[in-house]
Amino acid sequence: MSDLAICAWQKLELGTAITSPGNAAELRTGDWKTLRPETDREKCIKCGLCSVYCPEFCISENEEGYYPADLFYCKGCGICANECPKQAISMIMD
Amino acid sequence: MTKAIGLEVSLAIAEAVKQANVDIVAAYPITPQTHIVEELSVYVANGELDAEYVPVESEHTAMSACVGSSAAGARTYTATAAQGLALMHEILYIASGMRLPIVMTVANRALSAPISIWNDHGDIMSERDIGWVQIFAENGQEAYDLTIAAFKIAEDHRVLLPVCVNVDGFILTHMIEPVLFIDQKKIDAFLPPFKPAMTLNPDKPVTMGPVGVPEVYMESRKQCEEAIMGSRQVVAEVFSQWGQSFGRDYKLIETNGQPRAKVLFVTMGSQGETTMTAVQDLSESGESVGQVRIRLWRPFPREEFLEAIAGAEELIVIDRALSPGVYNGPVAQEIKALLYEQPQKPKIHNVIAGLGGRDVTVKDFKKMYEMSRKNELDPNYTIWGVRSDA
Repeated sequence: MSDLAICAWQKLELGTAITSPGNAAELRTGDWKTLRPETDREKCIKCGLCSVYCPEFCISENEEGYYPADLFYCKGCGICANECPKQAISMIMD
Repeated sequence: MTKAIGLEVSLAIAEAVKQANVDIVAAYPITPQTHIVEELSVYVANGELDAEYVPVESEHTAMSACVGSSAAGARTYTATAAQGLALMHEILYIASGMRLPIVMTVANRALSAPISIWNDHGDIMSERDIGWVQIFAENGQEAYDLTIAAFKIAEDHRVLLPVCVNVDGFILTHMIEPVLFIDQKKIDAFLPPFKPAMTLNPDKPVTMGPVGVPEVYMESRKQCEEAIMGSRQVVAEVFSQWGQSFGRDYKLIETNGQPRAKVLFVTMGSQGETTMTAVQDLSESGESVGQVRIRLWRPFPREEFLEAIAGAEELIVIDRALSPGVYNGPVAQEIKALLYEQPQKPKIHNVIAGLGGRDVTVKDFKKMYEMSRKNELDPNYTIWGVRSDA
């Protein structure tokens, strides 16, 4: 049994139909990435532009007001790092 | 009805589809299939068949409409041939991948170029891997019977796959043959209304045909593979049920001629009947010859085939399609691959015959037999009857 599969073939719905709406959220797509964003809190001004530009909508404000990426979904595209007006985000090898 | 009625086979197929009480026919006319869907459109227009007839603008759309209607829970039918089947190509995989029990007649016809409207199996052989159950009819009666049986096979919840019934273009479709039609009541008893396993229902939301990420795709393919492998048993059951209900027993593989003959012809489709005459004549003159007819092409009935050829020394495998560049036609490739694992292997001659409507007569089969006896047939493959200056 491959750990690369979500479930056994017998458990798939007929014709691979989806019967629970929104279950794509359960799929880890963050493991596609090579690089992940890391924020330098000294430079970050908490403007939130990175979350606006994130095509995965996986960056949101935390309790401290910073904007970390949810690595379960982040594909490491680097748009946040590119758009950051303070160059506070760097892309590092995952 | 116990009396055979002489009718063009296309119209007999249309009658079968009408009697199967389909809900949707979505089709585009193409020779030599046109008479089937034309007749069905007449039935719908006259109110003889309570169905939607969707006159689409292409075969690609025909199969797309079939996918939609079958997914919605409607009993769905279409028919096509050659370029039309090729145009459906990508949607054919979607129908099987989504496990939709669509029934389709393919009036087998050669693919262009050069343009040919005449018969061979090149069209369906290009679609061997679509994941559909594929059946070949040999005569008009079979075309009628198997079309009705196809719905029962497809809709069986152990199968839930599309089924394609192949009939040789013109040779069958345009022939007037005696056909025994079955009373509607008996057909209704044999083929109850379609009970879809999954429908588009707002109370039970479902996404059909979603993306299959790498974490799902292989399991999805495995599910379809299990379904088509398992369908072999269901096809056999439905055929035997047909025999019990209507007296005509069909097998996945048929044999004919002398039992345990040394030389066996292997045929598929209408050519089988011509071969049958040759086999009979040769047997009468003392030759040890027989015939194996493949009725179920997908899934390939390995065990039944091996049993049918057990003890044979030589097979003359007739292919009505060319698989360019591999030295054998598709049927011979299949059989050679199957025999590789067997301890006892007969010698195989592959004869590619009857492409693009070229006649293959009783005389031709007798000549093939004669040549095989004299060891004059190519040990690999022969393209039969090609005129050459060499």
